Amino acid sequence: MKCYSPVIYRSLIPCKPSALKNMVLQSDQLQYVIRQISLESGESLDVVQDQATEILDEMGQNLNLAAIRMFALTLSKIFKRLFRKVCVNEEGIQRLAQAIQDHPVVLLPSHRSYVDFLMMSYILYTYDLALPVIAAGMDFMGMKIVGELLRMSGAFFMRRTFRGNKLYWAVFAEYVKTMLRNGYAPVEFFLEGQRSRTCKTLAPKFGLLSVVMEPFFKGEVFDTHLVPVSISYERVLEESLYAYELLGVPKPKESTSGLIKARKILSDDFGSIHIFFGEPMSLRSLASGKLNRSQYNLIPRHLSQRPSEEMHTFISDVAYKVELQQIANMVLSPGVLIAAILLQNVPSLNFSLLVDKTIWLKDLTEAFGGCLEWPDNMSASKVVLASVDLHSNLMRIADGEVVLFENGPNDVLTEEKVFTRAITLLMCASYRNQMVNTYARPALVVLACNMAPSSSRDDVSRTFYFLRSLFSKEFIFFPGLEEKDFEEGSFLLSKCDIVHLTPLEIVLTKNGESAAMFLVRMFQPFLEGYQLAFMHLANEVTGSLTEKQYISGMRSFVTRRILAGDSQCYEALSSDMQKNTLASFMHLGIMKVEKSIDAAIFTVDKQAMADVEGKLGLQMPIMKIPVPRL
Amino acid sequence: MSGSGLALPWPWLCASLCEEAWQELLKWNGWGYNDSKFTFNKKGQAEFTDCHDDVLRIVDLACKHNVCIIPFGGGTSVSSALECPEDEKRTIISLDTSQMSRILWIDEKNLTAHVEAGITGQDLEKQLLESGYCTGHEPDSMEFSTLGGWVATRASGMKKNIYGNIEDLVVHLKVVTPKGIVEKSCQGPRMSTGPDIYHFIMGSEGTLGVVTEVTIKIRPVPEYQKYGSVVFPNFERGVACLREVARQRCAPASIRLMDNAQFQFGHALKPQVASIFTSFLDGLKKFYITKFKGFDPNQLCVATLLFEGDREKVLQHEKQVYDIAAKFGGLAAGEDNGQRGYMLTFVIAYLRDLGMDYYLIGESFETSVPWDRVLDLCRNVKERIVRECKERGVQFPPLSTCRVTQTYDAGACVYFYFAFNYRGISDPVHVYEEIEFAAREEILANGGSLSHHHGVGKLRKQWLKDSISHVGIGMLQSVKNYIDPNNIFGSRNLL
Ligand SMILES: Cc1cc2nc3c(=O)[nH]c(=O)nc-3n(C[C@H](O)[C@H](O)[C@H](O)COP(=O)(O)OP(=O)(O)OC[C@H]3O[C@@H](n4cnc5c(N)ncnc54)[C@H](O)[C@@H]3O)c2cc1C
Repeated sequence: MKCYSPVIYRSLIPCKPSALKNMVLQSDQLQYVIRQISLESGESLDVVQDQATEILDEMGQNLNLAAIRMFALTLSKIFKRLFRKVCVNEEGIQRLAQAIQDHPVVLLPSHRSYVDFLMMSYILYTYDLALPVIAAGMDFMGMKIVGELLRMSGAFFMRRTFRGNKLYWAVFAEYVKTMLRNGYAPVEFFLEGQRSRTCKTLAPKFGLLSVVMEPFFKGEVFDTHLVPVSISYERVLEESLYAYELLGVPKPKESTSGLIKARKILSDDFGSIHIFFGEPMSLRSLASGKLNRSQYNLIPRHLSQRPSEEMHTFISDVAYKVELQQIANMVLSPGVLIAAILLQNVPSLNFSLLVDKTIWLKDLTEAFGGCLEWPDNMSASKVVLASVDLHSNLMRIADGEVVLFENGPNDVLTEEKVFTRAITLLMCASYRNQMVNTYARPALVVLACNMAPSSSRDDVSRTFYFLRSLFSKEFIFFPGLEEKDFEEGSFLLSKCDIVHLTPLEIVLTKNGESAAMFLVRMFQPFLEGYQLAFMHLANEVTGSLTEKQYISGMRSFVTRRILAGDSQCYEALSSDMQKNTLASFMHLGIMKVEKSIDAAIFTVDKQAMADVEGKLGLQMPIMKIPVPRL
Repeated sequence: MSGSGLALPWPWLCASLCEEAWQELLKWNGWGYNDSKFTFNKKGQAEFTDCHDDVLRIVDLACKHNVCIIPFGGGTSVSSALECPEDEKRTIISLDTSQMSRILWIDEKNLTAHVEAGITGQDLEKQLLESGYCTGHEPDSMEFSTLGGWVATRASGMKKNIYGNIEDLVVHLKVVTPKGIVEKSCQGPRMSTGPDIYHFIMGSEGTLGVVTEVTIKIRPVPEYQKYGSVVFPNFERGVACLREVARQRCAPASIRLMDNAQFQFGHALKPQVASIFTSFLDGLKKFYITKFKGFDPNQLCVATLLFEGDREKVLQHEKQVYDIAAKFGGLAAGEDNGQRGYMLTFVIAYLRDLGMDYYLIGESFETSVPWDRVLDLCRNVKERIVRECKERGVQFPPLSTCRVTQTYDAGACVYFYFAFNYRGISDPVHVYEEIEFAAREEILANGGSLSHHHGVGKLRKQWLKDSISHVGIGMLQSVKNYIDPNNIFGSRNLL
């Protein structure tokens, strides 16, 4: 039996989980909130205190070594069946081990699958590192055995929504902070807040991040290290589930039997996994010169303080920085390239053409800074073949063609067919999406070149800035640095001879025509999706609407256009994109929101729409979207 | 770092101040790590005065001829307060007060003494003792520092728990400024006459005028004194105990808590100094080997105590404090160790002078901080020092230790000692200054004050605005502008 004796924080004062819970319950912070709630609600102190205890019990982890061993054993069996291999950067593990000894550590993995945190715990256990305590979604607790196992191996649970529940938030925040202050174990949570159904990195959430930063801000710890972790799956377990969800088909509730019924899944092949532990980021270094910690000097530290503007900006900057690190360290598999190519060649493409294009795209991706897993000892066609094989639920080979779906000459498009195609295309897109952020800057420069009124740097950059802010929810950009993004995008393009830079102009080169076209078409679904949303709002919406109404309105609008042959933009059916358009349009001032207790009500500002119309490349009412051909 | 040194026997030079003597004087003043920054553009002139009227005349002359004055007490400033501003073009007079050292009268009815401001702490206590009195004001530098210097820097004495800090002791002040004399017309023990004008003077660091005479409270010399010491299993428990003592308002005359690193320190010093450490350690060892085996020698920490008063009350008081200590795992470790501990304090205060022969550079600095932040502040500042040393290529782990030296109702005074071995470092003074800067920044970020008693001087000027707000700076500035529009007292401290 493996002897598990993890490295621990050097100033750790060892304590049992029960003592930890006591510390939380007796903390000044929590006691203060309890007293306040008791005053406000008229409940007696004891009652509120009991509620707090209950909440804590519900979420509290319960570390148990035997459970961990059993858990690891089971996991290793399951993982061995599911995945071909799991690759970990060992120097990252060493860095992490050092960090854990020196400071409280926060692990911030990307979130694509439930496997993420099982995998994290498993890896840390395997490398003899302290098991993280994980802020996991409550829905996981519904899975009886797995839930309990997770809890015993250090996960703690939080309800998905506890906005407005002051006591819950207080208990939760105090729990996390106590863990950090004592250096009890690394704390792990997902900046994205939930699994990204599109496999595109989601814009970060700030709540938990600000909680884990607080002990440092208030001087309760010397430093805190944030460790971005990138988990890349060659095939995501939940891929089809996600596609259904994005199309609005209710997902089956997670339950253990549900997971085990995934017997089918167990006999399936999900390729390999890459886990990259990034360079630990010292919060102290990040904050140095940016943040005046003495702003906490004047109020007792157990009182919560509304974060200052400066603080807000800082937290957001750090969040984006971490996510950009995650993205930079993602490992892209050949399937990602193949998916991107096939999406531009619906419904099928000749196999050897596909191989050629894949090789070409591999080089371009690497030139743009993408990190690829490409077996060197195999011929390219073998690599592509193996990859197509792995994704056989998506694509297959027939008569030398790689086919996404059948499309006979006499086929009539029905609503049902639109749905099944959308499933395939959204799954396909979820692979392309893994590299979309790597491409975002250069591609938006090319798009801007095409859309700008002239090729002058001014015009192109202005158009780029517009696109960048339009897609600020769709892709991850570091807040504020739009000029830098533009420069970098242009630089990458000129390095690959796709554009020619002169002091005043940016011109697409002849040599780079096909590459430019490829980039434009890679981002076409996004642009078109936003155009469609805009048209829907301009033409079909009067008065106010809720998010739900908007989504179903969009879905039927897009379906109609696809059925009528006016659009091929299946991705516009995705609720993820629809929500993003909503946020983006609010950001642009096209829509306004009014929040009431139970719902947010949106209204459209037609006046403001007129301004944006041209910029979006729309000439209404007659619409012609330029579809570039390869 | 101070431009002036310690232990200056230089008042002896006053007899005949020839050019040579000036050189000598400059050298003495350059006794810190910095070379002297004293500059004399015109022919330097030194003045030694023996009474208030002389000071009046000097200030008057200085105003007339636009000459800059820097009052000089005992020269123990550790805030560069005595350094001459580099860009000062006028002649600078260093106004030594050391000959204004008489006790003018003692008022036994009101328990006050009227004293000239140049008297050193040691002389003051010695002379008062002849009449059976003391002020009880005992800063660690009392051998050299002066009454006027205390007033000018808002000094704090070791036994402030009984006697109070300088602001509690001062009853009356006489100050010569370019605008005239500042004083109050009576000696009422407390007044509501607008903001207290003495508080403009206390902490003015020689920027407004010369303190010439002070009426200070005195007390009968206590019948009985007793040292004591307590060993705690760790620093956290020790701080908790001091907090409880403060809560119950039963602090002895002095109570100080040193962290573990501090009393283990001792190597790298001159043998005669090291022996003090060794005997302290040995004394303790005897205790913790024989009595409390459970303590981890790398964790335990020591509090030293000093009780004063009637014998009976002292013994009672002692019991009360030891009882509290016991609740925090503290065990009494004897009188001798207490006394040795205070000696150690004294030795460490002179660290920078003792260590130089051994490639050791070091200094102490202090702050005051609310109780709830004491532990966090101590940990973070010590850690910051260690890291900054590492980043700057210091080869050996530095000495980075702290001590809680005073307790108040709402917080404590914390002292840091830090020293490192500068072998292999080309510019140790610069490295030292950078690290001290970083440490101060850390203190401020953790809710500590800019200074508990060392003052601002020129060393900590850059932080004053953030500490007291720009309006606060404006208030001080406008007082300065009114009292001294031509900046005769041009030491440029504070502002
Ligand atoms: C080893 C050591 C231990 C120390 N321990 C303590 C301690 O326990 N508590 C504490 O409070 N401080 C302590 N200090 C700091 C120092 O002793 C105090 O700041 C002391 O009050 C300075 O007095 P001084 O007479 O030496 O003044 P100086 O150093 O000569 O001058 C200090 C400042 O006061 C001004 N000044 C001096 N005399 C007058 C006057 N008559 N009128 C107007 N302005 C004047 C000077 O211009 C200068 O700005 C210590 C210093 C050392 C080196």
